[in-house]
Amino acid sequence: MLRSWLYRLDTKASPYLYILPFFALFAALSAFPLLYTGWVSLHDWSLLEDEHAFLGAANYLTLLADPAFWNALFNTVSILVLSTVPQLLLALLLAHLLSGRLRGQTFWRLSLLLPNLTSVAAVAIIFGQLFGRDYGLVNWVLGVFGAGQIDWAAGTASSHAAISAMVIWRWTGYNALIYLAAMQAVPQSLHEAAIIDGASSLQRLRKITIPAIRPTIIFTVIVSTIGGMQMFAEPLLFGGGQPGGGNDHQFQTLTLYLFEAGFGRFDLGFASATAWVMFALVLVAAAVNYLLIRRIRST
Amino acid sequence: MRLQRGLLVPLLLLAVTACGGGTSGSGGTTPAASGAAGGGAKTKIVIGTFNDFGYQSLYQEYEKAHPEIDIVERVAAAEEHHRRVATNLATGKGAADIEAIEEGWIGQFKANPDKFHNLTELGADKLASQWPEWKWKTSQSKDGRQLGLGTDVGGLAMCYRTDLFAKAGLPTDREQVSRLWSTWDGYIETGKKFAAAKLPKTAFFDGPIVMYRAILGQAPTGLYATDDTVVVETNPEVRAAFDKTIEAIGAGLSAKITAWSADWNAGFQRGSFATIACPAWMMAYIQEQAKNAAGKWDIAAIPGGTGNWGGSFLTLPKQGKNPEAAFALASWLTAPEQQAKVFRAKGNFPSTNKLYSDPVITDFVNPFFNDAPVGKIFSQSVATMNAQYLGPKAGDINTAINNALTRVEQGKQTPDEAWNQAMTEVKKIL
Repeated sequence: MLRSWLYRLDTKASPYLYILPFFALFAALSAFPLLYTGWVSLHDWSLLEDEHAFLGAANYLTLLADPAFWNALFNTVSILVLSTVPQLLLALLLAHLLSGRLRGQTFWRLSLLLPNLTSVAAVAIIFGQLFGRDYGLVNWVLGVFGAGQIDWAAGTASSHAAISAMVIWRWTGYNALIYLAAMQAVPQSLHEAAIIDGASSLQRLRKITIPAIRPTIIFTVIVSTIGGMQMFAEPLLFGGGQPGGGNDHQFQTLTLYLFEAGFGRFDLGFASATAWVMFALVLVAAAVNYLLIRRIRST
Repeated sequence: MRLQRGLLVPLLLLAVTACGGGTSGSGGTTPAASGAAGGGAKTKIVIGTFNDFGYQSLYQEYEKAHPEIDIVERVAAAEEHHRRVATNLATGKGAADIEAIEEGWIGQFKANPDKFHNLTELGADKLASQWPEWKWKTSQSKDGRQLGLGTDVGGLAMCYRTDLFAKAGLPTDREQVSRLWSTWDGYIETGKKFAAAKLPKTAFFDGPIVMYRAILGQAPTGLYATDDTVVVETNPEVRAAFDKTIEAIGAGLSAKITAWSADWNAGFQRGSFATIACPAWMMAYIQEQAKNAAGKWDIAAIPGGTGNWGGSFLTLPKQGKNPEAAFALASWLTAPEQQAKVFRAKGNFPSTNKLYSDPVITDFVNPFFNDAPVGKIFSQSVATMNAQYLGPKAGDINTAINNALTRVEQGKQTPDEAWNQAMTEVKKIL
């Protein structure tokens, strides 16, 4: 009797025990800070003072009424789109090319990951120099072709393009590798049949590969979106370490906006409110992505 | 030590070098002194600094003289350091026994003096006369508590390129150059003569940020009144500094380069601009950025004669367990003898009166700057100045005004539009 009871306990309870470490860590390191941030966001909570007056929703109302917040949201979405769309398209194309027969396959595949291994700070500093107005390489090349000099950091569109370039350079290879892995699971017979029917390489990519790796595409889109919503180091370093994001906040992202409040003005209450609103926005963005991408039809 | 917010990139690099100096970064989270009660146990004093205070050899010297003391230094980049201190004070844990705080941040910390020991109670009042009065008062809270002991200062001068001045037909001798611009109007007039020579790819000054900061720093009152009320809109001096900078931009004298950007760094080397207002710490920066331009730069007096930008203090957070021992170390490190040693080794400009008439300073020339008597030039600019009161958010307010100046320079807005937007942003900061 006892033995069978113990056996039942083992089969029922053990799985939970095995996953417990993750959830214990999650509770301590994610859930608690998340909830505590919510608590802080309801207060006038300066990092330097001991008294924290309760404000209710005031921080949220100030936030939503602040044009700089909407500006930061626009910048974030703009940089997100400018960096994610070309990045994932490029990654798909690269993965497709690399999934065929190539000499030195491992070498090419490994080198895809190299940009991802460089530190963000190094990438941002180098790209900051490339996009310099007076002595930047990009302007020099433009000058050779007779185009004028662009003050990359000064304009809204130009600064977004420059920052997106950093992200694209860093993450395209990473996503290409993920696609490549997924492509290995696409049955070769489908491709062979299509080749016999005279389908071109691009047609096969569009009609066979993309529908077949749809779940992976959804995964990368969602992960890139979450990453893009939290874009921080690139615009920070592009602006010389200033969280303002340029002289007119033209490339201040939401995270920079949050950072400026929390660690520039030491207003943790307001920064926490921003964090919660961002959390909600990420959820919305992920849901929208999911709905959009789900419409890619399976064969 | 220098510092302006916005030096992250150079500082990241500096921090790497600074950490190579044999200090352990942050070591652990238990900086408090280990109890000295246990007979032979050493008293550990943790000191938090940023960039390069040049204290390494001084620690060894002090430990030799005081075998019972064990000094541990934590070094970080300036922004990171001050953010850490703020966080440590807020959470009540982790602050070092001695924390260095830069002028640009001291206002924020002064607004909450309860977190620090009042150094007067530890005997600092006896030392007060070591420093110029303004330096002493900068780290004093509104209720008269003394929070810090001054380390270095950033006296103002004007750095200029002799080679470009010669090409433009202007005098190159520093005495004559100084006479050209006893006022900022004289500076702009000289700039117009320089511009008339139409040297290719060379402007008279770098950009609005440094010039505005230098002019504003000379006013008796700046962004704050002494009771911590912000007077940006009512104090005509602020708008005057803004307008004078706009006037110089309007005359076509600016290279339109953002300070601390990659183009700015390259500009020192390539001669994109012929002059720049130079706090003492800027010398090290120029030498670092423009290694091949040795002998081309020289230093003249600043228009208006005096001024200061930057400099730091050593403070004692209340979390420290051994205030007496920490105070003894902090006052030793900031004493004139030690400041002279740091100056000789690293060039951080001393903040003590006594040294301004000492041959250590007065005879010091900098070969990179054409053997300019920089000791004399910088002491003149700080010894006689009237300090401006720096309030808690001065750094953020200046950033908003800097941004406004840059928007005007880039043609995005008129001066009035830019000013009004800056005032809106200032209200948000407060």
